[in-house]
Amino acid sequence: MKIYLKIWRQKSAATKGSMVQYTLDGVESDMSFLEMLDVLNEDLINKGEEPVEFDHDCREGICGTCSLMINGRPHGPDSRITVCQLHMRSFSDGDTIVIEPWRAKAFPVIKDLIVDRTAFDRIQQAGGYISVNTSGRPVDANAIPIEKDAADASFNAATCIGCGACVAACKNASAMLFTSAKVSQFALLPQGQVEAADRVLNMVRQMDLEGFGNCTNTGACEVECPKGISLENIARMNREYLAASVKG
Amino acid sequence: MSGLITSSLARKVVMALSGLFLVIFLVLHVSINLASVISPDFFNEASHFMGYNPIVQYAMQPILIIGVIVHFVMGFVLEAKNRSARGISYAKYQGSANASWVSRNMIYSGLVILAFLGLHFYDFWVHEMTYKYIEANPEDPTRYYAETVEKFAPFWRTIIYVVSFGLLGLHLWHGFQSSFQSMGVNNKYTPAIKKFTKLFAVVVPLIFAFIALYHHLNPITH
Repeated sequence: MKIYLKIWRQKSAATKGSMVQYTLDGVESDMSFLEMLDVLNEDLINKGEEPVEFDHDCREGICGTCSLMINGRPHGPDSRITVCQLHMRSFSDGDTIVIEPWRAKAFPVIKDLIVDRTAFDRIQQAGGYISVNTSGRPVDANAIPIEKDAADASFNAATCIGCGACVAACKNASAMLFTSAKVSQFALLPQGQVEAADRVLNMVRQMDLEGFGNCTNTGACEVECPKGISLENIARMNREYLAASVKG
Repeated sequence: MSGLITSSLARKVVMALSGLFLVIFLVLHVSINLASVISPDFFNEASHFMGYNPIVQYAMQPILIIGVIVHFVMGFVLEAKNRSARGISYAKYQGSANASWVSRNMIYSGLVILAFLGLHFYDFWVHEMTYKYIEANPEDPTRYYAETVEKFAPFWRTIIYVVSFGLLGLHLWHGFQSSFQSMGVNNKYTPAIKKFTKLFAVVVPLIFAFIALYHHLNPITH
């Protein structure tokens, strides 16, 4: 396949970037999207040009590192996958593919297609944990009875890999799906109840401080989330937040 | 509590509550309007009550005006913040792939409704205030029906009203059910809320539009 690429190139956070066009021949339909970029980079290196920087790690859909906006959609045209799980068979010979980094003020570009997602880390650090004293006499977690529905919902929320596709997809660059998943995974469990009020207040405060937008319930995040995190989590976060605020 | 006033989540709740309040007002408004088609006498009575009852005039009317102002001012504030949160815009962005047109364009349907409210206030509210307080005319419980029908005589005004009702329908289509999500309601009742929203967003604007067209097509002949 012959593929035409338009890729965002930016030397550093301090410099301005622009879209650059490349033509790539000999692309196989069974290549993964990232392998296609690897081939492009080999070409560029052989020509003595700077390769395209992009984030990737596990290449099996669980780390959430490969953050690319492909033809206007996070992780490309297929649903419930990350970029490393996207294959070139989803494209046709002669296609033009536009590749951009996640766009959000809270995710500044570091270089080319790599963005700084430490805003998510800071939201997590603001309350996405439970404090457990290590007494030397640990209680088996399975000894605490938990309703099956709550355990399942908590687990589903915990499958969020923090990739940032929700922010990238949202027209408002809102991080509410991510934050609400992290709030929910603890709020649903008895171990998370103790710090529930502080957790939601602090995580939402941090989310706002980072400069993410506001949710307008378009549902784009839910559609683009590779792990299928549900909007129910955002509603739960809203409930938790209101209850915690009123309690003071 | 301070976070409850300035946080992103609180702003969503303000939009939701003021929006739901305006939805309730719409039900009252469309009910009285419908009377103008069914029973002009009852319409006159109801309009006179709304225009001269002190609770309606001095309590409910200011609350309604505040509700409208809060809803659109907060809408503008959120829109400005949300636009700036993106930073650099995408060269290619397929918004339609993952979200409906109405949900992505609430600001535009809202702006049309706001512009319509300007005309609507001029047509009825300014006229009413002038009649009662500036010209200090005596109470006349029989004037409302004729005044209303007369307003819809010009074709241009009728069309502007009908088109605005269409945009109101689009705004409600997303906004009504969305307000429940913003207040944390997403449970077994959500599918029913979504269905009711669609019914409401179609039926209420249709009734409003029907009334406007009805009066345009059925002028009072003296």
